[in-house]
Amino acid sequence: MPNFDPSQIPLVSIVFWVMTVFTLGGALGVVTSRNLFHAALYLILSFFGVTGYYVLLSAGFLAMVQLMVYAGAIAILILFAIMFSRRPMAHESQANQQWWLSLLLALALFVVLVVVVGAVNWPVSDAAPAADTVTQLGVALLGSYLIPFEVVAVLLSVAMIGAIFLAREKTEAEE
Amino acid sequence: MIPLSWWLMVSAALFSIGVYGALSRKNAIGILMGVELILNAVNINLVAFWRYVAPNDISGQVFAIMVITVAAAEAAVGLALVIAVYRRRHSAIVEELDILKQ
Repeated sequence: MPNFDPSQIPLVSIVFWVMTVFTLGGALGVVTSRNLFHAALYLILSFFGVTGYYVLLSAGFLAMVQLMVYAGAIAILILFAIMFSRRPMAHESQANQQWWLSLLLALALFVVLVVVVGAVNWPVSDAAPAADTVTQLGVALLGSYLIPFEVVAVLLSVAMIGAIFLAREKTEAEE
Repeated sequence: MIPLSWWLMVSAALFSIGVYGALSRKNAIGILMGVELILNAVNINLVAFWRYVAPNDISGQVFAIMVITVAAAEAAVGLALVIAVYRRRHSAIVEELDILKQ
């Protein structure tokens, strides 16, 4: 029987498991912590784990987008919203009465998904991705995906205007 | 290389945790965080399938970018709604927001 040699474990596997601990551990922290502020910090940890996944999957551009949009913008937005609504900082339980039903449902969903993933023989291809995926991505976004690209741009503007309209302070005359 | 099914299982776990968070939280911001976890799980799936099944077709990454954009829009509008509701009702607990039932 060969001796166990730690240097035989490929680096990619080690990084994968570290990122899995970050992602799933962070996600568990998000759904279980009693303090919403801590939940938001766990959410940032989880986003960092997903960034590592994108690097492992050789999607460098998406990793940067994930870091800037999720770990940067969305996490800060959530932290701001928590600070604006003071009461969630209280240490009372954050779960509603049907939490055990939700837990059952989530566990059942997980079991079903794992069984399906294990049962299907995925048609894996050995081809390596193109060296310059960013160029490919740009050509696709402004070529065959031009209409969705523009629609998403309109959606972002609408969301921005809507967010400003919803969150602004009403003046005395409007009340 | 890491097998494709590992990525799918991690993503399934993240999705289930997100579903649990979105269903069990009292606070609207907590629900939004659960939804963000769900969208992240979907993105891991999209990128993993791009890398393992069709690495020459960039569509998987394009879809992931669309999902990220929609998630950003959802977070902005959702949190603006939470702030607007909190200003009026002094609560972000969804169980207390039952004006339509009265």
